[in-house]
Amino acid sequence: MPVLTYREALTQALREELTRDERVFLMGEEVAQYNGAYKVSKGLLDEFGPMRIVDTPITELGFAGMGVGSAMVGLRPIIEFMTWNFALLAIDQVVNAAAKMLYMSGGQFPMPMVFRGPNGSALQLSAQHSQAWESWLAHIPGLKVCTPGTPADAKGLLKSAIRDDNPVVFLEGEMLYNTKGEVPDGEHIVPIGKAEVKREGGDCTIVAHGKMILVAMQTADALDKEGIAVEVVDLRTIRPMDIETISVSVQKTNRAVVLEEGWEICGVGAQVVDFIQRECFDDLDAPVVRVHQADVPMPYAKNLERAAKPDAAKAIAAVKKVMYLD
Amino acid sequence: MATKVVMEALSPTMEEGRLVKWLKNEGDAVKTGDILAEVETDKAVMELVARGDGIVRKRLASEGDASPVGTLLAVIAAADENIDALVAGPPKAEAPPAEAPGAAPAASEPSSAEPSPAPPASAEEQAAAPAQETAQAPTPPPPSPPAPPASPARGSPSSPALSPHRSAPHPRSSPLARRMASERGVELARLRGSGPGGRIVKKDVESAAAAGTARPGTAGTAVVAPRFISREGDYQDIPLTQIRKTIARRLVESIGPVPTFYLTTELDAGQAAEMRAQLKELGDDYKASFNDIVLKSVASALSDHPEVNAHWMGDHIRHFNRVHVAMAVAVQEGLITPVIFDADRKTLVEISAEARQLAEKARQRKLTPEQYTGGTFSVSNLGMLGIEEFTAIINPPEAGILAVGAVEAKPMVVDGEIVVRQRMRVTMSCDHRVIDGATGAKFLQTVRRYFENPLLLVI
Amino acid sequence: MGAGAGGGRVTDTLSTEMPTKTDLPVPEKTDNGASATTSQASLRGELLRSMLLQRRFEERCAEAYALGKIGGFCHLYIGQEAISAGTMSVLRPDDYVVTSYRDHGQALARGIPARSVMAELFGRRAGCSHGKGGSMHLFDKSANFLGGHGIVGAHIPLAAGVAWAIKYRKGDQVCICFFGEAAVNIGAFHEALNMASLWSLPAVFIIENNRYGMGTAISRATANEDVSVRAAAYGMTGESVDAQDVFAVRDAVERAVAVARGAQRPTLLEMRTYRFMGHSMSDAASGTYRSREELEENMKRDPIVVLHDLMRKDGELSEGEFAKLDEEQKAICQDAWDFADGSPEPSVEDDLHADVLVDTTS
Repeated sequence: MPVLTYREALTQALREELTRDERVFLMGEEVAQYNGAYKVSKGLLDEFGPMRIVDTPITELGFAGMGVGSAMVGLRPIIEFMTWNFALLAIDQVVNAAAKMLYMSGGQFPMPMVFRGPNGSALQLSAQHSQAWESWLAHIPGLKVCTPGTPADAKGLLKSAIRDDNPVVFLEGEMLYNTKGEVPDGEHIVPIGKAEVKREGGDCTIVAHGKMILVAMQTADALDKEGIAVEVVDLRTIRPMDIETISVSVQKTNRAVVLEEGWEICGVGAQVVDFIQRECFDDLDAPVVRVHQADVPMPYAKNLERAAKPDAAKAIAAVKKVMYLD
Repeated sequence: MATKVVMEALSPTMEEGRLVKWLKNEGDAVKTGDILAEVETDKAVMELVARGDGIVRKRLASEGDASPVGTLLAVIAAADENIDALVAGPPKAEAPPAEAPGAAPAASEPSSAEPSPAPPASAEEQAAAPAQETAQAPTPPPPSPPAPPASPARGSPSSPALSPHRSAPHPRSSPLARRMASERGVELARLRGSGPGGRIVKKDVESAAAAGTARPGTAGTAVVAPRFISREGDYQDIPLTQIRKTIARRLVESIGPVPTFYLTTELDAGQAAEMRAQLKELGDDYKASFNDIVLKSVASALSDHPEVNAHWMGDHIRHFNRVHVAMAVAVQEGLITPVIFDADRKTLVEISAEARQLAEKARQRKLTPEQYTGGTFSVSNLGMLGIEEFTAIINPPEAGILAVGAVEAKPMVVDGEIVVRQRMRVTMSCDHRVIDGATGAKFLQTVRRYFENPLLLVI
Repeated sequence: MGAGAGGGRVTDTLSTEMPTKTDLPVPEKTDNGASATTSQASLRGELLRSMLLQRRFEERCAEAYALGKIGGFCHLYIGQEAISAGTMSVLRPDDYVVTSYRDHGQALARGIPARSVMAELFGRRAGCSHGKGGSMHLFDKSANFLGGHGIVGAHIPLAAGVAWAIKYRKGDQVCICFFGEAAVNIGAFHEALNMASLWSLPAVFIIENNRYGMGTAISRATANEDVSVRAAAYGMTGESVDAQDVFAVRDAVERAVAVARGAQRPTLLEMRTYRFMGHSMSDAASGTYRSREELEENMKRDPIVVLHDLMRKDGELSEGEFAKLDEEQKAICQDAWDFADGSPEPSVEDDLHADVLVDTTS
């Protein structure tokens, strides 16, 4: 199987879907001539032309709203935000327009569109450029929220997202673009709403998504050397969340750590823990522990940034805590 | 409404108590918390307190009587209340532990028309005197885990353990442990939890089920029972590796439940003797015995060797982050081991004072359970009785005990010349499941370093 | 592999005809839709009829609101009817309309049945949005009426997007976007108009300048009250229109639509009008932020009266004919009321959770 970067996997998905369906177009800042701020759309302008790969002014609210309007009349826009931090300027279009249009029109106007872009912190980009938005977006009925953590999932989920008749929020990991993995050629579809057990283990479940999958796998490797078998559940989609896969795993291990890049209060982990207490109450041998970003805006200084971010050391400590080994 | 006074389980292992002395007479008015009597347990003389307000209407036990836990000893009631039915009943009441006031399990209800020996207690009565009701459970009492002195107050006002409507502290248990216990017929109340705060977790139920707690009385020995509840973070649990599991299994097969081996060495007590002399000159406040110096040396060494400061937990080993040294004290009836908590952090003088106090209380049988449970390692000293050398028996789940002999003048060859030196022999008993030979030897080297250079203990 | 995820190329994708929703319980068509006319007299009659229908309909809305049959926010259009009547009269059925929350009159003028609109206001399943949108969110796909949007100005980029889609498909339709004068101060207006002009999109942006953004007079909110000059900033044609004269509206929109359809250039039109009622049902028509005198002065230029006077002067409409026309509109409104009042509410079982997402599981 070919080994691709996460970035190349996304480009491949875009190319395949742009080829497959002429209603699909990509719109955003620097997506065309510049080949994408993160080069995800590299080469697509030459291939598909300026009506399909559209450079916009710096006007997030405006082009997000244009995406909504074009989807109302049957196009299938892919709206790229250079990063999700800038999408806050457009959040009214995502939340008040895209997510609600089908419902408030009594089912008349579906929103077959994708809002995508890098999410979460990179390195030393400080407070305004380093945040994970999935808990905000997953709060909204009418949206689907995908957070692929591997190149194969990035491709498979993006293809599903583009084909979905609903507005899909697609959160890419800024630090994942250069990560590599095997990616099936051609028609590789990952269904939205299906988690995957990325690693099996019997002692403790780590539920994670997006970039935190890397951290979860590092954690599992480290603990394996200590004789602790960690099972890693990759949510892949935050909304709808795959409660069944989480439950099956926790019912097996009886212990869980929820790992996420965002903040604690009302975070994705809070929802996971809620599902666990509802579905697995009688299977729990210990309270679930969460690992997340420190409850501060992201600091700039290297040491502070490191201290604020969730990492393998924190996840290892959390696993030991739920296993009463601390 | 009437309150029954029953023989309570006043120590973790108590099954029977002897009523030493009544402190209230029939007709005395008492309030909740008033001391009614002194009761001698298997370990100490404890106080039995009133669990309700009223008049001591009837005393049913005499001084000197030994009664199983749960036996009715007296009745507290209003002056004009009819207590005939209570007093006439058999000494052991049948009322089962009330899970919640008024919510006695159906199985405990009279199942036929046969009149019950005593009128069933009303919900109100159960609510009013639950503590002493519950202690009448016909089976051995649920062990009431004593809170360690160092443990912070736990629980909120709504915590079951603090609720006046709960008899014994409700055992904390994980949802999974509760489900498994119910599926496998294990009584949670009989288990000691190995989780934080004594929480009963899956493995506790599994080992209890494997040991067959269905038979009353076996649970206590079969279940892994740590001697004290510890604050989270006080220890680290070490999962058993395969080799460790094999060692444990094979050695137990070979030698018995605790596969013990012994390490003996002789320490030079010259410096320690000199230090004692100097301390003595500073006045009575600074007196320290050889044993105090041993205790402090051991405590310091344990702090350096968490692998020895450990408990065998059945399916894992627990390394303690705090050092609680138990010291064996001979008392008239036998032996008791009061604990010097956080001994590594106490000064020699503090240890000395505390050891004297504990020994004195032990001889008076005034130790409370909190004072004689929770050790992480033990020291036994028969030197004052002239014993040169002996082996001590490990107090499970502790992994080691150090037996200390007498300090004696002995000829030694030093630099080719015969000189007289103060020498002391010590023997460490080691649970081989936890401590290997080399581990124990290294620990003893550290003990030697401290004991032979006691200045290290004061800097 | 995902269900239905065939790898084949999708072929029937660029039809210019938008699919229409057929499974909605659409009430019987009434004749309140604008129909193309050729003779001036019949055109005047048609515009008068449209405005009268809107007026009578909203008078009943106020009554229904007072009776609690309509809830929530309810923004009346009374006084502004010439804008919707004039605009819709030049549109083709395949053109698109996007508007704000003051949308009853536009929906009626676009031809959405009065029954369907009233049922929506009453929160009934037969409403044009299934009873899930209400007053602010009237939608009708079959009329290419794309809502009914509740956030001031936020729908302007939607209209640009619809126009983008027209251009993408190489169609010749036009997208009309209505919004109030207060919306020109929000960023969405600027962002949308910039792109519409930058990319030459077939859109007509219509500012309904009724002089008050809720209770704030334009002079207290907007540095340059001459809002049509904003067009210059985007290299776009801008024009101000006396919107109490339905023919002035019609003429201006006709020109703008022609430019959009032909040259694919957007236009910004300022319709100078006046709102005769309060902002919504919760404020008085006058007294707090505008005087009774100002209101009465402006009500003299009631667009219905203006057109009626013209027709009367030209001898096109007798008093008897006017009364008959008016009675017909009142009858339509009474029928709409009766229909709405008698039609079922949405089903909690079937409708509460329906249409949050398109079901993609099959």
